[in-house]
Amino acid sequence: MTLWWIGNVALFAVFLVVVYLLHGVLGAARSIVPSVEQIAKTAEAGSKDLDAAELLVTTQNQVEQTIAVAANYGGSLDVIIDDAP
Amino acid sequence: MTLIAVALIVAALVVYLVAVIVQLWKITNGLDEVIEHVGEIVQKSEPVEAIVTSINGQLDAGVDLLEGLLVKKAGLVDAVGLVEGLYPGSAAAGFRNFPESTTIRAPRIGTVYTKGTLTLARLGRESPIAAGNPAGPALRDVERGSLSARLLYPEGRQSRPERMPRSPIIGTDAPVLYQPSEQRGGTTPDAGEIQEKGPWSEVAAEGIVPAEEGGSDAPREMLAEDPQLGSEVLGETTGSMESDIDPAAGDRADATTDAGPEVPEGAEPDLKDAPHEADRP
Repeated sequence: MTLWWIGNVALFAVFLVVVYLLHGVLGAARSIVPSVEQIAKTAEAGSKDLDAAELLVTTQNQVEQTIAVAANYGGSLDVIIDDAP
Repeated sequence: MTLIAVALIVAALVVYLVAVIVQLWKITNGLDEVIEHVGEIVQKSEPVEAIVTSINGQLDAGVDLLEGLLVKKAGLVDAVGLVEGLYPGSAAAGFRNFPESTTIRAPRIGTVYTKGTLTLARLGRESPIAAGNPAGPALRDVERGSLSARLLYPEGRQSRPERMPRSPIIGTDAPVLYQPSEQRGGTTPDAGEIQEKGPWSEVAAEGIVPAEEGGSDAPREMLAEDPQLGSEVLGETTGSMESDIDPAAGDRADATTDAGPEVPEGAEPDLKDAPHEADRP
């Protein structure tokens, strides 16, 4: 009978420990969820920001044309201006 | 009793475990969303490196081109000075393709001259673009207009002192300004002239009515409608103080063409004194 009561007390103690640990796990899981949602929103915003990356193609073309014009202009200057002594 | 206790324990464990499972399920869904957006980011940024590398290559080529052209045409020292004049402090960085440019002390081209003067001076001096019409005269006198070109170089390379004493009466900001009244009938006598001619030479200044009291050089609204003594009687100032006399005109003068009397067109040169030039001491 004594062992039975000791067993019950031990079981209750184990129950309390398990409940405590599960409470901690649940709290950690709940704290992760807002962070994950925030990360998802940030990733979505970053993805939208990169929509402008397509304009880099236009920039590339403009730069090529500008450098070509500058090269032509420099070539003309090279012809009409004498070199430094 | 025991069974009830066990049932309560199991029920409590189930509640907690289910709550944890729900939270993990939310985390999984959130991470799925994150992975989806990260995938988009990877996809969209994939060609960026190649494009930016290409743009940088083009800009590098442009910088090399312009730097090389500037150094080739202006010389390394003048090029550094020109860049320093346009972007103060940039001379310390030097030119990318000319490491020795970082050790050059930049001349103060941009401080003394306006932007583009260097190029314009070179164009005017040596380039065919200086002529508006190939058949017409040059826009800039390449033979006598040497002042601008000389000023492009430090003072040590010029043949005249940096600051020559200025004429005391020429120009509106001359060191000494005389009233037009004092110029009538000749120059104002200085101390040497007074000593030479005597004190009577000072009297002339005392007998002239100053302009603020209605003298002959007063503003027109202060004078009578028909003054008895006009400029043809009083003499007339040459206007050297009112007009803008170009102090650099002398630098552009040429003794071979600007000096001497006005000779009629087609006249023979007067050379009668030429044989005696050798007799001069």
